[in-house]
Amino acid sequence: MKKVHVSTTINGDNKEFLCDTRETLLDALRDHLALTGSKEGCGTGDCGACSVIFEGEVICSCLALAVEAEGKNIDTIEGMANDGKLHILQKKFLEHAALQCGICTPGILMASKSLLQQNKEPTKEEVRFWLAGNLCRCTGYDKIINAVLDAAKEMRETV
Amino acid sequence: MRYEAPQTLNQAVNVFSEFNGLKRILAGGTDILVQLRTDVIQPELLMNIKDIEELGKIELFDNFWKIGAGVSAANITRNKEFSKEWPGITEGVGLIGSTQIQNRATLVGNLSNASPAADGVPALVAANAMVEIVGRNGNRKLEILSLISGPGKLNMKSDEFISHILIPRQNKNSSDCYIRFIPRTEMDIAVVGCGVNLSVENNNISAVKVVLGAVGPKVIFSEEASNSLLGASLNADSLSKLQEICERDAKPIDDKRGTIDFRRKVAGVLAKRAVEKAYKRIMEDS
Repeated sequence: MKKVHVSTTINGDNKEFLCDTRETLLDALRDHLALTGSKEGCGTGDCGACSVIFEGEVICSCLALAVEAEGKNIDTIEGMANDGKLHILQKKFLEHAALQCGICTPGILMASKSLLQQNKEPTKEEVRFWLAGNLCRCTGYDKIINAVLDAAKEMRETV
Repeated sequence: MRYEAPQTLNQAVNVFSEFNGLKRILAGGTDILVQLRTDVIQPELLMNIKDIEELGKIELFDNFWKIGAGVSAANITRNKEFSKEWPGITEGVGLIGSTQIQNRATLVGNLSNASPAADGVPALVAANAMVEIVGRNGNRKLEILSLISGPGKLNMKSDEFISHILIPRQNKNSSDCYIRFIPRTEMDIAVVGCGVNLSVENNNISAVKVVLGAVGPKVIFSEEASNSLLGASLNADSLSKLQEICERDAKPIDDKRGTIDFRRKVAGVLAKRAVEKAYKRIMEDS
């Protein structure tokens, strides 16, 4: 089958790949670019494990086509830590033990990052609603919510 | 599958109308991607309309709002001016899926899926919204009730697609509301939904449209329920009459989400609550 050439920006770097028109952005990230941090949970937009930031907004990469990445800016979990230094959210997730098996964690971190970009002081309820599209079967969510709130607090204090 | 991402509406109309095989529009993609994945549909052409600038706008004209087919739900709920004027339409749009879905899904997509349970649709019908359809022979406008012919079915020709939703400016002393019943608190499909658009003059209801969702093969505009409120003041009598008519007008099916009897009852309760809420909004604004 004829492949399409896609040229895109991922975590600030120019990337190019060839893909089938039916391929999802998630598959292209994982299979063509070896960015396997984004996970496939459900593949139907219910679980949020594949969350990436696409043109500044958090989306499920399983619900976008790889060809849609042409000319766009995408941030994935691989771009979250800076030069080996963890992002405040990542640090707080460790401190609060906000993960167990870790499959949902990249998606939850990306969704949380996008929340804190738009809302520096979210309430507990706002965090819960924002993350309602990210399923976690281990933690029971409380630790995740607390980690996000704590990260928001620290980010406000350090700026 | 051929993939096209035209830059202008003219190009899009040409590409879409000239293609004769199985074709679909890609806007938010939150439904079509799932259908592709599960092989529910194997289109030969998929046309992405998100790069078309004029389809990505919410525009305000003298008499109406114009929402492009590429506008995401998040961009509608974030629009303060629109959501203040049409809080009910905004409520419906805001209920479509999670944050991730809101950032992609479009109101036109919600509408053109023609799901009987679509949260975006009842308040649009109550507001007398129309769609603008583009095709080989130019544009045409269609009321939403005439657009939807049944579950998953639209009255459109193969060369056509929806470019915009047109929503009239809200009248004075008027407001709208959409509420739905789901067994969970978030992330679910309506078991029953109800959209209401209401106008009040001298404490009496001067115009009203009551629309029920998820209780029939397509949204139901209950003319009788709406007429029963006309000229009436909002009181226990008029509300219980409304409730009774909506219970009767609902034509639901039995499924795992709810039985016929339950859905009928909920339709009546939601209609009553939606009218009360829209009325309260009018009172708070005046």
